[in-house]
Amino acid sequence: MKPADDIIITTHDVTKVYQLGAEQVHALRGISLDVRRGEYLSILGPSGSGKSTFFNMVGGLDRPSAGSVSVDGCNLQELNQKQLAWIRCHKMGYIFQSFNLIQTMTAVENVALPRIFAGESPAKARAAAAEILDLVGLGHRLTHLPAQVSGGQQQRIAIARALVNRPGIVLADEPTGNLDLHTGEEIIQLLADMKKQLGITVITATHDMKMLSASDTVVWIKDGRADRIARKGEFEVAIGTIDGKTLA
Amino acid sequence: MNAEQTMTNTVIPEQRQVSWAVSFQVSWAGIRRRFFRSLITMSGVVLAIAFLTYMQVMNDIVRALVRADDAVLNVLLQQAGVDIYAGDAPDRMMVLLIVLSLLACLVGIINSMLMSVTERIKEIGTLKCLGALDGFIVRSYFIESSVQGVAGTVLGCLIGLAVAIGVATTNYHGYIAANLPVLSIVRSLTTSLITGTLLSVMAAILPAYIAARKQPVDAMRVEE
Repeated sequence: MKPADDIIITTHDVTKVYQLGAEQVHALRGISLDVRRGEYLSILGPSGSGKSTFFNMVGGLDRPSAGSVSVDGCNLQELNQKQLAWIRCHKMGYIFQSFNLIQTMTAVENVALPRIFAGESPAKARAAAAEILDLVGLGHRLTHLPAQVSGGQQQRIAIARALVNRPGIVLADEPTGNLDLHTGEEIIQLLADMKKQLGITVITATHDMKMLSASDTVVWIKDGRADRIARKGEFEVAIGTIDGKTLA
Repeated sequence: MNAEQTMTNTVIPEQRQVSWAVSFQVSWAGIRRRFFRSLITMSGVVLAIAFLTYMQVMNDIVRALVRADDAVLNVLLQQAGVDIYAGDAPDRMMVLLIVLSLLACLVGIINSMLMSVTERIKEIGTLKCLGALDGFIVRSYFIESSVQGVAGTVLGCLIGLAVAIGVATTNYHGYIAANLPVLSIVRSLTTSLITGTLLSVMAAILPAYIAARKQPVDAMRVEE
């Protein structure tokens, strides 16, 4: 048993029920899980398994029907909207499959947003944004609009935006879903590097098997339940090679 | 454990609202770069207000000409289908047309502004994920719709006025210059200006308010 301060997120019996007309759909049927500080956790499961729903609960983007999610010992259900906004701004960084960049803002303006919401002046926020964009290898694309850069670069901007407030947790929902194999691999590598450099906890929802190689823990979700939880070394990955380079 | 958790929760501060000045700076980039897209949204406002202004100004001019009571002018007015014996009582047909133009204006503006918000609901969800408060989102749509509303309305007023004076000059020739009801026209323009701006702001703020109150995940689930 790990000491309590080593646990950054705890979910307890998280349940989500959607009411679709007269029918009740049980998306989550009670998932209890501890996420350790600084680990790379992947949530795996086929579409419709409840993987994304669980991911949203952990990220404080949706409220469970029953059960609780605690971040750093804080029960998210007990927070008001403004406290939740504070948590999303300061403690979490989000990365999405479709990048979700604001199309009318340049790379540096997109990345500066979380800092502006945290109360920093736009000029200072842009300086911090430029620094982190440099860290993800986009120092030369600061004033480009999202439409002017490639998909992989857009995801790098999104990663910089997720990291700019130095959150403890980065949540990535299918971060490689819209990318080709090579670029997807680069993004996974970047996430793993950032995890190592900044000591963040990374949680991804994915069905990309390449993601397993970077993961410390893998949770398989099936029919709204945690079907299997495996730590590194307990699962084996072999997916072949690209250009003679082993992926796993 | 519960007591301990509640204690920790009170330590979580509430996210603070960014200032109006910063909100304006953030919104301005969007307004500037979305200029051509905004033109399409604005064209709904421009056309609606041009129509409303045209109907009102035309009514002002015709009534001023009727009051002038000139024999030649009366023939011209009758040729244009105006009932010159109605006196100062409002022309029913004209009132009906103005009400209809107001309705068209209402539908046109609400439709354009509603579109500009609904096509960006996903963006609202993203902003909430980054820590934006509902107030910031409503505020940025207020700023954007005010700018668009005022710009579109002013343009609409100018077009409506120009067309009305052009048509009136064609129909009533030199009589216009001598009988131009400047005060009534200014009043009509003011009505159009207030109608257009208010409708634009309200039509954008209501859907933005509803979207801002959604959980981020619900906003992002909306298909584009």
